[in-house]
Amino acid sequence: MRLEPIADPSLARSIAPPAIAIIATVVIASLLAMLAGANPFSVLGLILKGAFGSQFALLETLNRATPLIFTGLAIAVAFKAKFWNIGAEAQLYAGALITVVLGTGALPWPSFALIPALAIGAVLAGAVVLLVPAILKTRFGVDEVVTTLLFNFIFLLFISMLLEGPLKDPMGMGWPKSARLISEARLPRIFDGLRLHWGFALALLCACAVWVIQTRSTLGYEMRAVGLNRDAAAFAGIPVNAVLVKTALLSGGLAALAGFSEVAGLKGSLTLDLSPGFGYTGIIVAMLALLNPLGVIVSALFVAGIFVGADSMSRAAGVPTYLADMMLATALLLMVLAIMLTRFRVVRD
Amino acid sequence: MEILDILISASFWAAAIRIATPLILATMGELICERAGVLNLGIEGIMVAGAFAGWMAVYSGTGLWVGVAVAMVVGMGFGLLHSVLTVPFGLSQHVVGLGVTLLATSSTYYAYRLALPQVNSPPKIDAFQPYEIPLLSDIPLLGQALFSQTPFTYLAFALVAATSVMLYRTPVGLAVRAAGESPAAVAAQGLSVTAIRMGAVIVGSGFMAMGGAFLTMSAFDSFFFEMVNGRGWICIALVVFGSWMPGKALLGAVLFAAFDALQIRVQQTGFGADIPYQIFLMAPYILSIVALVLVSRRAQVPAALMVPFNKGER
Repeated sequence: MRLEPIADPSLARSIAPPAIAIIATVVIASLLAMLAGANPFSVLGLILKGAFGSQFALLETLNRATPLIFTGLAIAVAFKAKFWNIGAEAQLYAGALITVVLGTGALPWPSFALIPALAIGAVLAGAVVLLVPAILKTRFGVDEVVTTLLFNFIFLLFISMLLEGPLKDPMGMGWPKSARLISEARLPRIFDGLRLHWGFALALLCACAVWVIQTRSTLGYEMRAVGLNRDAAAFAGIPVNAVLVKTALLSGGLAALAGFSEVAGLKGSLTLDLSPGFGYTGIIVAMLALLNPLGVIVSALFVAGIFVGADSMSRAAGVPTYLADMMLATALLLMVLAIMLTRFRVVRD
Repeated sequence: MEILDILISASFWAAAIRIATPLILATMGELICERAGVLNLGIEGIMVAGAFAGWMAVYSGTGLWVGVAVAMVVGMGFGLLHSVLTVPFGLSQHVVGLGVTLLATSSTYYAYRLALPQVNSPPKIDAFQPYEIPLLSDIPLLGQALFSQTPFTYLAFALVAATSVMLYRTPVGLAVRAAGESPAAVAAQGLSVTAIRMGAVIVGSGFMAMGGAFLTMSAFDSFFFEMVNGRGWICIALVVFGSWMPGKALLGAVLFAAFDALQIRVQQTGFGADIPYQIFLMAPYILSIVALVLVSRRAQVPAALMVPFNKGER
């Protein structure tokens, strides 16, 4: 078999494969839930109800989507330039680290000054963390996939060391946990009484900003050129290495905002379980969004909905919670295949 | 002084070889995939799946070697999935690999919960026991380090030799290497690049799963969550460190494992007790990155690594 590009795909061709991919994911998840003794026909309903069925569920989904928008954007920016940042998890923790270092009393400032300072500090920290693999790549030709992956382990151990040492909360009853942020450092809620903080709004703002950078700026143009063909970009006079470093700084900064928003908006302190893999899930979010920054918002809501909904479904139907991860993996693999099939047809030879 | 004592003890080198074994197996698997031109980031998840499958098979009553075979078949299944998506369909090897890792890991944990719903601690199996090779195991130092291991470790060393012979001394190996260097030339010879690459990924994934199975069937005798703990990613680094050559990669795995065994022992010395244990746990990862910096400039990357091949396109 071989693949043949389709010159101008019909509407059906553009819609059918992704739709089939989503339906297939739901069918597979239902069958898997049946293995665990659940009624397969109730699975989809329970997931939707758990994710969007009540005000509480909806807010939970929006809260879960917030860090995913940040990490999704971080990956989308990097992958667009074919810079394979698999280390958003480390950059997220870097952002969270700066937030607790500066936000627990070191800067005794009022909110309007402290919160932006924390956000900027987080962005810088995340950028620096990704700068190391970027420089190793551009200077020494070290593959960034390996270095960013290994950095996740190194950085988590580093955080663990700090949480058991200098950052340990003396009031924490022995748990490896930082002190709580001072109240001026906390992100306020958008609406009184609703558990949704300004981190969500910041995430939407960042998505728009990234979209503007990618489509309306020289840097965005250069990033796309480097992503499409590095040699051609270099031939056209684009400073490829400089663009890769700038991409890395932007990507690392965005991922770090996820850590900032989780700590300042939701958790109030830093623990080792701050992120259940938001950095890795950001890759799924970005791919499902076809690396489009505005699409990242939609796909983050979709992925968060699967997490929150499948979690609630698992509890209701007595199914192991790992079903959510299986659904996401299935959705990811089927979706990348489906997206390819909207543009190519399979020909037998 | 204490460190020197550790370095000349036979038990230290025996531990290093034991720690190296799963890395050796999985590194050979990754090396075969990459030599054919496919980066397989499914390695981490495939190791988890192999660790569970082999252990579960033995727990349900099969023999140990049957367990190894079961692990291998499960790994090959995930390899088939990976290769279908990345070879004929040419999808992003990064994304598919990470997707396969997530799928393999989550489905393993799901299967574990389904198979053993109400256990607090996972049951143990009768794992592989060390087998002292007659005569050879009497050699001082070397004997205890190399020839008093479990049969699984001997198998790993045999597989390195087999991989090396296969890659450099057989027509199949030539085809695999050519598929990773110049797929168009392979197609011009009338061979199917798709078949060669898929075969390499499937076999390589089987090796990765065996690496995982070593953890539950030889190093330990039980299955734990998070047990693979980034070993797969280390293997990706080891392939680069070994310049895509089996012998060098084996050497890298043993050096890495020796370093790992050393940090565990130094932690227990008087000098190590004052240092946070996380520093020791970080050290192997940092070492891997340093090693990559040292070799990357000179490394001979397969020219068509991560480049999909679509016949008729030029």
